[in-house]
Amino acid sequence: MPTSEKTILEVQDLSIAYPISIGVVRAVEGVSFTLDDGEALGVVGESGCGKSTMGLSILKLQRPPGRVTGGRIMYRGTDILSLSGRELLKLRGQKISMIFQNPLTSLNPLFTVQQHFLETIHFHDPGMPKDKALAAVGKMLETLGIERKRLSEYPHQLSGGMRQRVMIGLALIMNPDILIADEPTTSLDVIVEAGFTELLLELRRVYKLSLILITHNLGLVAELADRIAVMYAGRLMEIATAQQIFDRPLHPYTQGLIACVPNIQADQKELVTMPGSPPDLVAPPAGCRFAPRCPKVMPICREKAPALLEHERGHSAACWLYDRSVSPGAGPAFDGAGG
Amino acid sequence: MSTQPSRPHIPAARFSPAGGLASAVGWFSRSRKKYGMEWWIMIAGLVVILFVVTMTAFPGLFTRFNPNDQNAGGQMTRPSPAHVMGTDNLNRDVWARVVYGARTILGVAFAAALVSALIGIPLGLLSGFAGGVFDRVLSLIMDSVYSFPGLILAIAFAAMLGPGVINITLAVAVVYIPTYFRLVRGQTLSIKEEVYVEAARAIGARRGTILGRYVFPNVIATVVVVLSLNIADAILTEAALSYIGLGLPAGLPDWGMDLSMGKKFLPSGVWWMITFPGLMIMLLALGFTMLGEGLAEILNPRLLER
Amino acid sequence: MRHLFSYVITRLLLAIPMVFILLTLVFVVLRIMPGDPVSAMLGAHAPEKVIEQKKEELGLNKPIFIQYLDYLGQIGRLDLGDSMIMKQRVSEPIVDKLPATLELTFFGLLVSLGVGIPLGAVAARRRRSGRDFGIRLYANVVYCIPVFWLGLLMQLVFAVLLRWFPVSGRTSPRISSSEFNWSGFYIVDTLRKANLAAFGDVMWHIVLPAVTLGVVLSGIFVRLTRANMLDVLKSDYILAARARGVPERRVVFNHGLRNALIPIVTMLGLQFSLLLAGAILTESTFSWPGMGRLLVERIYLRDYPVIQGVIIVYALLVSAVSLVVDLLYAVIDPRVKY
Repeated sequence: MPTSEKTILEVQDLSIAYPISIGVVRAVEGVSFTLDDGEALGVVGESGCGKSTMGLSILKLQRPPGRVTGGRIMYRGTDILSLSGRELLKLRGQKISMIFQNPLTSLNPLFTVQQHFLETIHFHDPGMPKDKALAAVGKMLETLGIERKRLSEYPHQLSGGMRQRVMIGLALIMNPDILIADEPTTSLDVIVEAGFTELLLELRRVYKLSLILITHNLGLVAELADRIAVMYAGRLMEIATAQQIFDRPLHPYTQGLIACVPNIQADQKELVTMPGSPPDLVAPPAGCRFAPRCPKVMPICREKAPALLEHERGHSAACWLYDRSVSPGAGPAFDGAGG
Repeated sequence: MSTQPSRPHIPAARFSPAGGLASAVGWFSRSRKKYGMEWWIMIAGLVVILFVVTMTAFPGLFTRFNPNDQNAGGQMTRPSPAHVMGTDNLNRDVWARVVYGARTILGVAFAAALVSALIGIPLGLLSGFAGGVFDRVLSLIMDSVYSFPGLILAIAFAAMLGPGVINITLAVAVVYIPTYFRLVRGQTLSIKEEVYVEAARAIGARRGTILGRYVFPNVIATVVVVLSLNIADAILTEAALSYIGLGLPAGLPDWGMDLSMGKKFLPSGVWWMITFPGLMIMLLALGFTMLGEGLAEILNPRLLER
Repeated sequence: MRHLFSYVITRLLLAIPMVFILLTLVFVVLRIMPGDPVSAMLGAHAPEKVIEQKKEELGLNKPIFIQYLDYLGQIGRLDLGDSMIMKQRVSEPIVDKLPATLELTFFGLLVSLGVGIPLGAVAARRRRSGRDFGIRLYANVVYCIPVFWLGLLMQLVFAVLLRWFPVSGRTSPRISSSEFNWSGFYIVDTLRKANLAAFGDVMWHIVLPAVTLGVVLSGIFVRLTRANMLDVLKSDYILAARARGVPERRVVFNHGLRNALIPIVTMLGLQFSLLLAGAILTESTFSWPGMGRLLVERIYLRDYPVIQGVIIVYALLVSAVSLVVDLLYAVIDPRVKY
């Protein structure tokens, strides 16, 4: 994948596994992608595809016994995986932040909103005097649309949407470069979700934030993402601009995903589903992991896993359908692609 | 073929000894493969218990001295090859007193736990199943007793009932009745709400069948664990009662009593009179605790939250 | 604040039936003995008339229900009666000895918490490590140690052999009892008078008994803390705090332990019961002049009014602590609605 001077995060061939009693779960295998400054990348896939695990691993937060078994995560030229504990602390919350799915349980029930904020500021900028810190917090609350009086309240006293905004506030208070959002709206109702989307667009604009949005909600990525990466069973299946993904999805899995989204305008009689279920990640199938469910499967798919190749400018897919050497009738391949 | 749907035949639970033994053995060997540390803990506890039980049944195997023989040796002699644990102030062999003392403490603890269970479990089943005012009143009483420090209750009973093995047993038993009551009642309540009981009732099973076939077997697993832990606690309670001087006749060798006797000679540096009886109390209590804890871990998936 | 007040009142009202049942329980238990207290006191060979007269005096001839009402009335008036054996009100020895028991129980609790909580936290942090198993083993073994045996061993090793601590008692004989006139709580009294020598002496005497009592019950706190910590450390807010770059130590202690400790507060009531019970045995072993020793003494002397009085006080103490703990819980957990 070509990198430019604007690339601030580059994940190279990342693999994560965790041992369980009956074997080793290969949760993420050989995932590579880049993130440019100011860009929003959506990572989509069904539950269990490894997108959350991958997201957590960027900050080395994957739950033990999960371990990174290969690859590098380059942030501005430094491999995050090689950082010491202390350096990692400086990265988290300050350069790269993360917000999570459930805002109520992500906040300490014994801490007030103010305590949450002041703690974060204190550990990243110990020298800052309290009044300056409070001023910064006040400004942040304004941007988020939270009343000042909420500062002395506890998480359980806030509404769901407010808590989610507090979470964002905590993530952005130190003005990081990148925000990783792991299923940020899954536990919010639709109206609050809309407000959240608005807020995120605004914040990206104001803070020039790069965003990695991990979700299974295609509607959300359609609104927020510049580029979209599609993951399945721990592997990256397709990556392209949002436009390309929705207009001309290449990978059969992506095609299936998009077809599954009900269209309120079309005269749809039945809901579309994809038959089958994701593979066992302890003993995944040889070859392409989607082969067992793929409507366009070919013999080679079951033998060898396809590489992620760029088939159009900026649009890569890991599928034998587009590999010239296998399917002569495949669409135009893009030469000189990395992968 | 009848034209009307007949009442489905639900066979009563059969407990054949041979079948029971076979399934127990099967369960045993399956457990061993499945569980590591917990299995060994349980076995260790079992070993200790069996050791002491043997001591109870065949004291002659362990010592040739009579625990009440006041001419066994010198007065307060240190442990030596002749007297492994020394002798006490009345020239009795300490090891002999330890061996024979096992009977007393184990007997009382066992009996007390059994009495507790025999009273607490039916009451709990009844209360949970019946519900209503009866349940609430009984629960309130049981909760109040439960919240009262057990030892103090036992002391009160023992003091009032007077000396004697049976009285001591009753005193200890009373303390644990609420434990079984609450346990069984809780289980009964949650099982009552379980879907499969609804289903059983829907196909016409009688109340007795429901209790016997569905509720009881689930409860049994938890009870066995609690029984084991209970006996451990009863051992400590009985020892405490006799240490304070409540209730056992002087002729009966008892570890707690020996401790209170040995206490007087401690300042002179006589350590063997207290060390060994106390150690035995601890080991026996530990044995039952480990058995109970090990069993709990192994039976865990089938246990409801206690 | 008004809400808190009404919560307090509600809780107090709920406590009344419990106390009532406990008092009834004490009444029942104290009257189940075969035979009667007067014969026991005067001996079986005392003349019939004397026994009857004494029974009349003590009100033992009235029907049991009347006795029960009298009993409740007395307690309501805070009147515990007179000793059958000595010429004193029941309340006298109790008031005299209660501070000793409370002091012992308090320090025992401190030791329990001081040993149990840190060990539990360490075990939770290093789950399934050697340290974890060792600590869990400690927790299980320690509860099986008879507290009076441990006391004797402590005396043997630290007092008789090593001579680091006194064998028994609350203070040395050389300290005059007039030093402790104010509250009966020796720690408080000696500090109040700024008598550092006496204070040191009192502390020196409390070490062995408090450690004995505390160690045996620390196992429970180890297990509780460990279980709560494991639960808490899996929480989302722990992950979120780490993601914000909060250092691990702070995450474990400020975020983790604080939350884990809340359920422990609710257990304090139960623990207090166990401590009181253990204190009786500890007092016997160390000749500590507290209520436990008083109870044992009077049982031996068959002084039933005092026995009853002591047990009533125990019951009231337990209820009071349980009430306080509930209220404390409401105060420290902001989620509790009142």
